[in-house]
Amino acid sequence: MSDDAKITIEVDGQQLEATPGQMLIEITDAAGITVPRFCYHKKLTVAANCRMCLVEVEKAPKPLPACATPVTDGMKVHTRSPLAREAQKGTMEFLLINHPLDCPICDQGGECELQDVAVGYGSDVSRYHERKRVVRDEDIGPLIATEMTRCIHCTRCVRFGGEIAGLRELGATGRGEHMRIGVYVEHAVSSELSGNIIDLCPVGALTSRPFQYRARAWELSQRDSVALHDGVGANVHVHVRRNQILRVVPRENEAVNETWIADRERFSYQALQSEERIVQPLLRENGALREAAWEEALAGAAEALQAAGSGLGTLVSPNATLEEMFLSQRLSRGLGSSHIDHRLRQSDFRGDAEDAPMPWTGSRFAELSSNQATLLVGSWLRKDQPLLNHRLRQSVLAGGAVMAINPVDYDFNYPLVESVVTRPSEMVSALAGVAAALGADAAGVTVEPDATQRAMAQRLKSAGQGGILLGVAAHLHPDFSLLRRIAANIAEATGCNLGLLPPGANVAGAHLVGVLPHRYPGGRPVEQAGLDAMTILAGNCKTLLLFDVDPEFDVANPALMKQALAGADKVVAISSFDSPWLREHADIVLPLAAFGETSGTLVNLQGDWQSFCGVVEPKGEARPGWKILRVLGNLTGVSGFDFLSTEEVINEIRLEAAGMTPDNRLGTPVSTLKPELSESDELQRVGSVAIYDVDAMTRRSPALQATPDAWTPGARVHSSLAERLGLVAGDEVRLSQAGCSASLPLQLDDRVPDKCVWLPMGSPGSENLAAGFGPISLEKC
Amino acid sequence: MSLGGSIERVDMMKSMINYFRSLFLFELLRGLGLTGRYLFATKVTLNYPEEKAPVSPRFRGLHALRRYPNGEERCIACKLCEAVCPALAITIEAEPRDDGSRRTTRYDIDLFKCIFCGFCEESCPVDSIVETRVYEYHFENRGEQIMTKQKLLEIGDKYETQLAADRAAQAAVR
Repeated sequence: MSDDAKITIEVDGQQLEATPGQMLIEITDAAGITVPRFCYHKKLTVAANCRMCLVEVEKAPKPLPACATPVTDGMKVHTRSPLAREAQKGTMEFLLINHPLDCPICDQGGECELQDVAVGYGSDVSRYHERKRVVRDEDIGPLIATEMTRCIHCTRCVRFGGEIAGLRELGATGRGEHMRIGVYVEHAVSSELSGNIIDLCPVGALTSRPFQYRARAWELSQRDSVALHDGVGANVHVHVRRNQILRVVPRENEAVNETWIADRERFSYQALQSEERIVQPLLRENGALREAAWEEALAGAAEALQAAGSGLGTLVSPNATLEEMFLSQRLSRGLGSSHIDHRLRQSDFRGDAEDAPMPWTGSRFAELSSNQATLLVGSWLRKDQPLLNHRLRQSVLAGGAVMAINPVDYDFNYPLVESVVTRPSEMVSALAGVAAALGADAAGVTVEPDATQRAMAQRLKSAGQGGILLGVAAHLHPDFSLLRRIAANIAEATGCNLGLLPPGANVAGAHLVGVLPHRYPGGRPVEQAGLDAMTILAGNCKTLLLFDVDPEFDVANPALMKQALAGADKVVAISSFDSPWLREHADIVLPLAAFGETSGTLVNLQGDWQSFCGVVEPKGEARPGWKILRVLGNLTGVSGFDFLSTEEVINEIRLEAAGMTPDNRLGTPVSTLKPELSESDELQRVGSVAIYDVDAMTRRSPALQATPDAWTPGARVHSSLAERLGLVAGDEVRLSQAGCSASLPLQLDDRVPDKCVWLPMGSPGSENLAAGFGPISLEKC
Repeated sequence: MSLGGSIERVDMMKSMINYFRSLFLFELLRGLGLTGRYLFATKVTLNYPEEKAPVSPRFRGLHALRRYPNGEERCIACKLCEAVCPALAITIEAEPRDDGSRRTTRYDIDLFKCIFCGFCEESCPVDSIVETRVYEYHFENRGEQIMTKQKLLEIGDKYETQLAADRAAQAAVR
């Protein structure tokens, strides 16, 4: 808006500039003038139902609520005049009539907006002697504890549900004193962003259940960090007491996570205190792991790595920090092996030669909100990258269209304008149809577009700003190279942004520092490309170095991993968490510092480098990954490991990766791509990762695992398939894949296409099977 | 000149009085008189530990955690005592008990740190942490000065009658 549209208002004698249409409270907030409030929140719509922000406006007959009063030119406002104070004090008295005096047992005590405002604006004695209102509590799930008697009806949680989470789970029933906030029919709230209502609630009606009664706000010290469960890199505050992380809350960053974080970022800290943490180096002796001193374990590891030389295969978690990634590739390459990869769950590496230099969302996160058309390919955005889904939902609210081609009819919190739900083997042809409708090259796949595909093409083409987002399921698809190539062609033909949304928190960083068999740091190509993750596991490396990898659950093909572990001469694992396969096969286990215990940097999917410090001491004898790798580098005699801090490592990375920016442009097309999955009548497995199975931490967080979103052990099929096979829900079925089998209970889910079995990678029981996508057979056992 | 003469006269009078006082042992008799008065007066010195001084209901001695008459511990882990303690002598850890109520899992008072100011007692919203009239205790080993929740509750149980009476006596002024 141009400057001449500015108006001037006077607040408490202070001249302030404003834009017409702004609410008074926005101006006072920006100017640092305190106006008490409960229901107003800058990210939610204005409700003006708490009446706490009443201020005196000259020439108005009564005090006006600052949150719902638009500014007008020459307006004179008094926030602390006798009239305003009287109004605020009166409101406070009414609010406290029914609020229980249970501050000593209320978790909000000490950080409660009602407490603060009552001290500042309330009266010191109550004139109310009647009985207070009591409200029955509802159990709304394992994440949020309720005490609805404390509710002051600000309706922030209700508005959050409708406006941000996209699920109207909480609502108000009744009027006046009989008003109740609840979930109508008792159930656990299922939004993946539900934890945010804990922060929104100004009183102690909604509090964190895992944190319940554990500490007081004044005992905690607040440190900054970055969450590591998806490529968004949500900014968080970590609250620490006596060297223990007690909770995680969002840190505001408008460009990344606004003021929200997803539940997995909020509650995964529980895993840090898990029994399964490795707290001492372990060495294999006479077939069993025994505890060892660091010197001994490091010497053993260095010896094993040095002996391996070019036979070393290194698998690095995509959640590792930039420093850890950089040092691990330097170690591996210094020892003469380029067999290093972070794409542990990917199974199609045929397109490596045309890989994008540094994958990203294709636009800044905030710009997703103004997309007019978006095509999701193999993406359950809502559960894979919840905060990006929130951005995309904003685009839908603004009139944009979202379309999807998915292997399961995933539920979104907005309507899909066009949707194709196919078996994994038909996803390529579905996407090729869209390309064909645009007359774009479909990478050699010939298909006649149907009406849906034409409509998708039309919408993408006519959108002023559009995007094609390749999600997690697409990245793990056996024909990922094809999907990506076709998506790139469609993006080119329509002028849309191609967005790549792989699983992992630091995939962009991994590309930046070359944790890839075919790329050096800075994206420079390796002349003699090393082996990719799958080929490393196919028995080609006799020594394995696993960095923060849960071997059972973090790879595309657990069967291959099991074979590789059994067949390897030496397995060196640097890991935060214990697992049965490490117990069985690892020769040396070095305890790794986990989230919050190490300093480092994560590069998110819009290319932001976000550095953070360690906020607590690593548990037991665990040590930060970059230090472990530095010592291994020194012991193996590889040069370039003389770092004293992560800042020094980062400075070196800045030099090596100078000029690298997020870039999704694919290289020269690999010409010989043919669909890997055949469209046969066999059952196919759909194995994208479930929201709370993405990494070792989420899998070990009891609260997350108790939510409805956690994958209940079992395989899901369409009810018609179950009927044909003569099976009913709950039947124990034997699933077989490439010589492996597992028996799991059967679940019926009509979102799964016919002739498919939905069984995510990383879910309980999946460790006994093979590739996440591919043929699978199912029989009653 | 006349001033000089009067000073000389006063000095002479003083030395005369002193002379007669010492001649008749006046000072000695006065001292004996004091001794004699205390010889027959009521004694204030106590033969501790056989005799003990009276203790006020407000006395701030050894700490205790109280229970309700039904046996339920009073402490609700609000941590106000921990927050108010100027010597940082109190350490509390809490979590939900099986019945969902807010309870401490650890309540330690370090008596080496404690300065017996009584703020903990004053801040307690449920009269749980109190200071008893007990001031006779000792520690023989390092570590014994940490009063754990168990110990504090036991002290509370032992002196509950007295504690309740003391609180009642002070109710009007608290």
